[in-house]
Amino acid sequence: MTELISPDVEQLLLDATTSRSRRFKNRLASVWMLGALLVAVVPLALVIGYVLFKGIGQLSVAWFTEDLPTITRKAGGGMGPAIVGTLLITLGAAVMAIPLGILGAIYLHEYGGKGRTARLIRFMADVMTGVPSIVMGLFVYTVWTLTFGLNGFGGSLALGCLMLPIIIRTTEEMLRLVPDELRQASYALGNRKWRTILTVVLPASFGGITSGVMIAIARAAGETAPLVFTIGAARNLNLNIFEGPMTALSVQIFGNAQTPFEAAQSRAWGAALTLVAIVFAMTILARYVSSRVARRHAA
Amino acid sequence: MSAETVAPNAEPVAQTTVSEPEAPSVVFDVRELDVYYGEFRAVRDVNLQVLQHEITAFIGPSGCGKSTVLRCFDRMNDLIESARVDGKILYHGVDLYDPRIDPVEVRKRIGMVFQKPNPFPKSIYDNIAFGPRLSGNKGNLDDIVERALRRAALWDEVKDRLKKSAMGLSGGQQQRLCIARAIAVEPEVILMDEPCSALDPIATARIEDLMQELKSDYTILIVTHNMQQAARVSDRTAFFTTEVNSESDTRTGVLVEFDSTDKIFSAPSDERTENYVTGRFG
Amino acid sequence: MTLLSHDDSVAPAGGGDALSLLEPTSGRRGDSAFKFVALVAGLVVLVILGLIAFSTTKEAWPAFKQEGLGFVTSSTWIPAEGKFGALAFIYGTVLSSLIALVLAVPVSLGIALYANEAAPRRLRKPVVYVMDLLAAIPSVVYGLWGIIVLAPAIQPVYKAISGAVGDIPVLGWFFNGDSGRSYMTAGIILAIMITPIITSLSREVIATVPSAQREAAYGMGATRWEMIRAAVLPWSRGGIVGSVMLGLGRAMGETIAVALVIGSQPQITTHLFEAGDSMAAVIVNQFGEASGIHRAALIGLGVVLFGVTIIVNVSARGIVSQFDRRSQGA
Repeated sequence: MTELISPDVEQLLLDATTSRSRRFKNRLASVWMLGALLVAVVPLALVIGYVLFKGIGQLSVAWFTEDLPTITRKAGGGMGPAIVGTLLITLGAAVMAIPLGILGAIYLHEYGGKGRTARLIRFMADVMTGVPSIVMGLFVYTVWTLTFGLNGFGGSLALGCLMLPIIIRTTEEMLRLVPDELRQASYALGNRKWRTILTVVLPASFGGITSGVMIAIARAAGETAPLVFTIGAARNLNLNIFEGPMTALSVQIFGNAQTPFEAAQSRAWGAALTLVAIVFAMTILARYVSSRVARRHAA
Repeated sequence: MSAETVAPNAEPVAQTTVSEPEAPSVVFDVRELDVYYGEFRAVRDVNLQVLQHEITAFIGPSGCGKSTVLRCFDRMNDLIESARVDGKILYHGVDLYDPRIDPVEVRKRIGMVFQKPNPFPKSIYDNIAFGPRLSGNKGNLDDIVERALRRAALWDEVKDRLKKSAMGLSGGQQQRLCIARAIAVEPEVILMDEPCSALDPIATARIEDLMQELKSDYTILIVTHNMQQAARVSDRTAFFTTEVNSESDTRTGVLVEFDSTDKIFSAPSDERTENYVTGRFG
Repeated sequence: MTLLSHDDSVAPAGGGDALSLLEPTSGRRGDSAFKFVALVAGLVVLVILGLIAFSTTKEAWPAFKQEGLGFVTSSTWIPAEGKFGALAFIYGTVLSSLIALVLAVPVSLGIALYANEAAPRRLRKPVVYVMDLLAAIPSVVYGLWGIIVLAPAIQPVYKAISGAVGDIPVLGWFFNGDSGRSYMTAGIILAIMITPIITSLSREVIATVPSAQREAAYGMGATRWEMIRAAVLPWSRGGIVGSVMLGLGRAMGETIAVALVIGSQPQITTHLFEAGDSMAAVIVNQFGEASGIHRAALIGLGVVLFGVTIIVNVSARGIVSQFDRRSQGA
């Protein structure tokens, strides 16, 4: 396609019949495009609406502080261990994936460039983004859980594996946006490459990287499948991710949604509201951080 | 006062002392310099001397390799993987391309100002303090920052907003900030790669004034595509041009003539120089 | 006076300390060490992918060895009798993902075109924002909504449709059955989940259409739709196909939402309103009570899923990158 104007454009006038039918088609297309947006907004509104209205009744102080009830079909108890579990497991994943991901991206953009190793890693990171989360769960089950048993760290490993390629690729995009002039300015002042990266390149792309990282965290926090085989099922608060089973909001939603009991389903809605609130907060915060930093640099 | 005062070539004997600043010593002695990008020879056979506390200008048509040569003086060409240098650049008698030399150390002594102002997206203060902090300077940073900004004639304009982002300055102010940033590292030499090409005439005039003031403390090399600028500010001028390599249809830069600026612009000895400075070519 | 001679006690005059340049510096090692650390971090990706392939295959090996090719060609899955044929699950994964694509592609493309070509400028950002939110909702929440709200609500609709067209040839082959939790419900939920993915990827592709193409079409008196058909779609076709395939890969791997709404009854049927099962769903549903060769078989399903999604993703990336090269080269 090197020609300036595609042959389809030339075909256009030949195709043109009466202007009325052309206008009708145009209107039809507009209806399709706007309709598509509405079709997508409806489920979004329905899901958020249901989560909000069915879940809000569950929230109370006890919801955040108390352990899970022993008998699922009866009301009562709280979601404390699951909330703490989601936060701790995701934090564990972030602690592993963020430095690795940022360093990997630094290799790709600052050192590897278009070399063979970098191209291979880049491609494999793309492939890794597409690995289903349940496969990550099975993988961690085989390499961690079989040996060390069910614990929160297994979940962190699985979530970290899901976050890693996302962080690598978004961070690399952000490093690409840092103008080369800044690196040159730093070198010319007698700054070494590694310190240039740490003192000039990373600070200059801080906003974008933060926002990418937070979106990766938000996505990991909502994952269920990799946790089902790895963290076990705890009803009580467990603050040690290396020892003993834990639970998480997503796992609680999954478990309670499958039961026919009203009380359990209500708990699922409450957990869904809590989880969506956490995830949305991070997503919106990510947007806020990146736009704020962008503005500060422009000023 | 050119080739005769050159220090002996092999070992560094530059014993000129501060007590007699009137005798200008040679800062750079360039001998048979060739620069290659891969197989392609970008510049060939450059020989020249840069004297202390002078402004040396590199002029010539675009593509003549003047910027390439300039970037050899602080080994910025090392950052381009395929770049390779033949010949010698003696800095006070020490070959800058000696394998024992760490280019990073070279760049601490030889500062550089670029074509496009490139302040870091940090505060004005942090921009200036960047270099001193690198070398672990525990001295009074506030003083260093103020001194550098005063030296670059920028202090009065920015002293009330040192903590504000440097990106908010005008182009000319940004370029003077970059000069101040280079000065703060206390280099001996400042390389300027077309420092005014992105600036308006008023900002350009301010930078040129600044260069005149700085030359009492620093040795300055400037690449410019603006002949009038070279004539206005420099003591010595090197004129580069390109020659076409017949078999490969590539262009290699050559140094045509190097002399005092007066001579280059009034009585050049090479016809190509004369054609260029009189505007008949390029 | 040069600044080099600032500190007379250290530096001899006139830059004579140029000699000190020849002294060895320690800093160079920092650079190679940092590069090494960064490289190792990058290589972790390769290590993980290799480990995934190796360790899951190893754990699944007993099942593969016992079933041979029957693992993917047989549809008899009876753990109690030690029979593990996964065909019905593979079928379910493919069918539910295809339904999702059929539903999601027109919607995603419509939104992408709307956001880039038709929406008033001030509406474009909100449209993107809505898509971000759709993408941010965890899949288990869609599953919860699907099983408790959508499945019961849509079941009468299925019943009515299969009552109306169930006896008609062709239509009846597909639009038949009356299970609220079914292939179709799974497809709908998956469609909602992959719409934001396909939308945002194709939006990026459409944004690369050069304005010269658009102006050329408008300049010839084209309506907006004619401009889209003549300039935008031909230009971005490759990238759109790639983004659709990435959406497909995502749909095939989705577990929790499908596990909740597909009905968990492995059967190979063309009836879209019947219950079924998928690879990912059966893994998560049976893993808890599985042991021995049953567990190996479930991990084996994961291996198959891994292989299939990798093939889909690699071809999608291939298509997209080919497209990238063309649009950069032109």
